[in-house]
Amino acid sequence: MTEPADGVLRPSDHADSAPPSGEDIASPRLGVVGWLRWGWRQLTSMRTALVLLLLLAIAAVPGSLVPQRSADPNGVTQYFTDNPDLAPVLENLSLFDVYTSPWFSAIYILLFISLIGCVLPRTKHHWKALRSQPPRTPARLARLDDHRDVVVPVPAGQDAETVAAAAVDTAAAQLRKSGYRVARYDGRGTFSVSAERGYLRETGNLVFHAALVGVLIAVGVGGGFTYTGQRVLVEGQAFTNSLLDYSSFNPGRFVDSNALAPYSMTLDRFDVSYIPPGQPGSGQAGDFAANVTTLTPDGQRQEGQVRVNHPLDVQGDRVYLLGNGYAPTVTIRNAQGEEVFHDSVAFLPQDANMTSLGVIKVADGMPEQLGLIGFFYPTMDTLTSGALTSTYGDLEYPVLTLRVYAGDLGIDDGTPRSVYTLDPTGMTQIAGGDSGTPALRLMPGETQDLPNGLGTITFENEAPAGATGYEGSVKRFASLSIHRDLAGPWVLGFATLATLGLLAALFVPRRRMWVKATPQGDSVRLEYAGLARGEDPTLAAAVDHVVERHRPSLPAPGDQSLPDTGKVD
Amino acid sequence: MPGTDPLLLDEISLLLVWTAVAIYVLAFIAYAIDLARRSDLAIKAKDEVVARELVTAGGGGVIDASPRSSASGATPARPRYLWARMGTALVALGFLFHLAATVLRGIAAERVPWSNMYEFALTGVLLVVAVYLVVLTRFDLRFLGSLISGLAVVLLGGATLAFHVDVVPLADPLKSVWLVIHVFVASLATALFALAFGLSVMQLLQARRERKLAVAAASPDAAAPRRSFLQTLPNADALESLAYRFAIVGFIFWTFTLIAGSIWANDAWGRFWGFDTKEVWTFVIWVLYAGYIHARATRGWRGTRSAWLSIIGFAAVLFNFTIVNVFFKGLHAYSGLTS
Ligand code: HEM
Repeated sequence: MTEPADGVLRPSDHADSAPPSGEDIASPRLGVVGWLRWGWRQLTSMRTALVLLLLLAIAAVPGSLVPQRSADPNGVTQYFTDNPDLAPVLENLSLFDVYTSPWFSAIYILLFISLIGCVLPRTKHHWKALRSQPPRTPARLARLDDHRDVVVPVPAGQDAETVAAAAVDTAAAQLRKSGYRVARYDGRGTFSVSAERGYLRETGNLVFHAALVGVLIAVGVGGGFTYTGQRVLVEGQAFTNSLLDYSSFNPGRFVDSNALAPYSMTLDRFDVSYIPPGQPGSGQAGDFAANVTTLTPDGQRQEGQVRVNHPLDVQGDRVYLLGNGYAPTVTIRNAQGEEVFHDSVAFLPQDANMTSLGVIKVADGMPEQLGLIGFFYPTMDTLTSGALTSTYGDLEYPVLTLRVYAGDLGIDDGTPRSVYTLDPTGMTQIAGGDSGTPALRLMPGETQDLPNGLGTITFENEAPAGATGYEGSVKRFASLSIHRDLAGPWVLGFATLATLGLLAALFVPRRRMWVKATPQGDSVRLEYAGLARGEDPTLAAAVDHVVERHRPSLPAPGDQSLPDTGKVD
Repeated sequence: MPGTDPLLLDEISLLLVWTAVAIYVLAFIAYAIDLARRSDLAIKAKDEVVARELVTAGGGGVIDASPRSSASGATPARPRYLWARMGTALVALGFLFHLAATVLRGIAAERVPWSNMYEFALTGVLLVVAVYLVVLTRFDLRFLGSLISGLAVVLLGGATLAFHVDVVPLADPLKSVWLVIHVFVASLATALFALAFGLSVMQLLQARRERKLAVAAASPDAAAPRRSFLQTLPNADALESLAYRFAIVGFIFWTFTLIAGSIWANDAWGRFWGFDTKEVWTFVIWVLYAGYIHARATRGWRGTRSAWLSIIGFAAVLFNFTIVNVFFKGLHAYSGLTS
């Protein structure tokens, strides 16, 4: 490259920049300011940017090898159980929270500081370049890689100066028409036009890098205004959008949890279809849809559907379908026949055929507190081992089995307990297992006695009157996730901007073009030369094109075109 | 096609896949023979040129038929590589069978044929071959033929053996337009990265040869490098520029893949980014190629080092497609291989 990259300010170790002068390297003493300046220059150099990028790539990898708290909290717990010795070590290295760890943060923060340090001066420089003239025509165009020479005769009756000036005029007009910015530099016996195009390339580059900063800020700040909450709804149940009604709620830093959009939502019906036996993919469930009715404070009632890939928009929130399952309705009466428990209990699916596990807790109304651990099989079958299993997800032969424990549920001391688990330590098993009494086993509509004359238990049949088979006999639940995400649109906006910038930065050719005419007695020597600024595989063709377009305007007879002898392009 | 048994269609499709694989094997062999014979051809061509130059020396004409390559990546006076032509013809034929197989699979499944590992491979490799064939109309990249056809054989054959599953209806999370866009664009990016990868490998070989040539030229005692097909290839710089051009187009597609994936994730899972394993690897690949682009612009990194980054980038792409899909736990459990 014959010219320093003056039009574009790039880091000093950019491939196109002039090599560093000896002074830079050998400076013996630096003051504090000198060191700071040196450090800043290092940080904003291409090499540092590159090393930081590669470090970022490497640093991201462990997060895919070790389970992450953010994506897979159960996996982390499991990892601690499986690797009790290794896990604490990894924990100290933040390997379960890679993407919020100090070392990962350090890398990307340095990278972005470097990026800003890179982009700001370049923006200033580019701003100036955008408003200045293309630079003076180099004295010796022949030194450029892409260079063509044409000698044309001066027709009789004209003088060489006029022909040369006219030729450059035409060239300038043609270049301007092709989108070049042009400037005339005539003098010292030559006429020339200097032209430059493709400022959009550098603009695109700057927009791209700046938009990356935008993405990072949008993610960081937007996260503070974002909340997500989870709620399990059984068919027929409703919930109101307030902190109290969520089973879990994760607000960003700036979210006022007491001022959520006020609305309520009822799950009217949950739809699911199964591929019947004998067809490819049989047993596979699909077409999940939670049919809900929302009620806004102004009394507006609206029906909607929450489906996979199709969240429902409600008052600026988006409602997602996370999961679903069966919620058997169970009624328990004590020995006096009083109802002590009646509820539809969400059972968590354990396998693809919806074998489901759930817990029932009876705190009051019995001589002792009761805890029941239940398995629900929508289509029960018996394995050769005698164990029960479900062979199909739909309600073909629904069976509920329950083990019963009596004693202290441990819920009175205020310790929070999950509604999905029961810790039977300290309780006596009175049905199932080694208790001597078999586990309870019920189908919808059946009632059985509890052991020890404690009362009765009923597995309610929820099917509407006149239903056939077991269709609809057990209610379903939907697990919904409610999000407010203010970051999303901004992130998308910046990402789109980045892509557009990238397209311009990578594919708009930036180049300079010169056409110079030198009168030489009875002929005029025309020189054409191009210089790429950055990647430009089509430069040679572009120079040829300029020559071709220019040729018809030149005096015709006897003109000969000599290819540049120095290089094969 | 209502009334047609999807299993039967899939069986025919499989038959076509194996036919395609067999043809790709033949193409690979033809291309390999081509490479093996190229050095001889190059020498012969040179001798002929010398002979012709002697003949025409009196006339003062200049014949630019030296096998030295030009920066645009095409050899100026193309020697007639018969075996390479055969290889290309075979790849084109294999492609037709492959295309038919893929379309048939789509018809059998009544949806786009890229919804599980087997189908990703089917469509992905199809796009690699398609991009290669399209690019051949502009650049003479037949020296990559053995690599591309070899890749096609290994990936397509391997995927069919290891990943083939019967047609089943789509799981709910996959019923999305974003499946169509996201996966297709990702495959396209992969195809372009594959070409860049091949060119970077050639670049490394060529650079090594050029270094040896330089040494040999400098000292008379050093042995000249052995003759090889590399003589007939563009020089290392030209290979690098060409690799870069494919890589940046691939990079744009990959950027789009990343964004489209985020939009889909936001619809399906309620967050656009969660560092799920597949997301991590897509990100890692993106950053690696960003690094590659920077490396090419950094003094001291241009050339061999940047070529290595392109190779590592493509290794990550392959890793992401195979190992991550099959063995890593995550939300992207769409290999179709479990349950
Ligand atoms: C978040 C980190 C970064 C990413 C993902 C990134 C990505 C990219 C991409 C994709 C390009 C190609 C576009 C083009 O050629 O115009 C590029 C070019 C460039 N980047 Fe970055 N970049 C990052 C950080 C930086 C930093 C910190 C610097 C400053 C040292 C920098 C300086 C440059 C320069 C000078 C170019 C132009 C290269 C050329 O002329 O070919 N980048 N960057």
